[in-house]
Amino acid sequence: MLSKSEKALIAEIWERLAPVAEDIGSDALLRMFASYPGTKTYFAHLDISARSAHLLSHGKKIVLAIAEGAKDISQLTVTLAPLQTMHAYQLRIDPTNFKLFSHCMLVTLACHMGRDFTPVAHSAMDKFLSAFAAVLAEKYR
Amino acid sequence: MVEWTDFERATIQNLFSKMDYELVGPAALSRCLVVYPWTQRYFGNFGNLYNAEAITSNENVINHGKVVLHGLDRAVKNMDNIKDTYAELSLLHSEKLHVDPDNFRLLADCLTIVVASRMGSDFTGDVQAAFQKFLAVVVSSLGRQYH
Repeated sequence: MLSKSEKALIAEIWERLAPVAEDIGSDALLRMFASYPGTKTYFAHLDISARSAHLLSHGKKIVLAIAEGAKDISQLTVTLAPLQTMHAYQLRIDPTNFKLFSHCMLVTLACHMGRDFTPVAHSAMDKFLSAFAAVLAEKYR
Repeated sequence: MVEWTDFERATIQNLFSKMDYELVGPAALSRCLVVYPWTQRYFGNFGNLYNAEAITSNENVINHGKVVLHGLDRAVKNMDNIKDTYAELSLLHSEKLHVDPDNFRLLADCLTIVVASRMGSDFTGDVQAAFQKFLAVVVSSLGRQYH
């Protein structure tokens, strides 16, 4: 469960990160591909090498979607409805991978924010990303 | 037998030779207790764990954090036989301390995040992968004597 102050903290962090969505997103993806090579199977049709156009644009898309969800966390199901459909019927990414990506996103945030990624911020962010992933997988079955 | 590349060996030795145990150990353990509050179940006698500030400044948490991090030293020195190195510790955690082995993974994740926040961009994807592989072997070894 996210408290009011946690929701505000998350919204504030993502608002600050939205302008560098490309860097944050591509960094998290690269970390995921390095630590969990199985995740690369979903990108066989793209060039996902460091700083490639595909990687940057894909990373940007993901971060902007997360940032959008962060603006009003209580409305996640509404905000993510189109993405839910896409992931359930088109992409069909095994939801275990959402956990792997979330972990790598936390690492990216830790590298980017340093000491500002406090235990409280980490906890709130972990809860938010878990909720985000759960909503994203809701239409799977 | 775990196979380590030269890069992985060098990365692990390098990371731990530069590790500030006094800060990182306590930071990782306290972060685990904050982010995954159910892990507090094993520390009932540690005193005040009521909120993040209390946990982070708790003397028992600080001291234990250093103990736990130093616990990794033997694995760093015996990368080719981490399994046997931790047989006894695994027994201790299962038979005496009754710790759910899933908690080792949670602490490992928190340690990764703490190291990442200290190293910034030097904690590249490849360094992260090597560190996580090392921790995964440690975690697996600690879980081996559970029956």
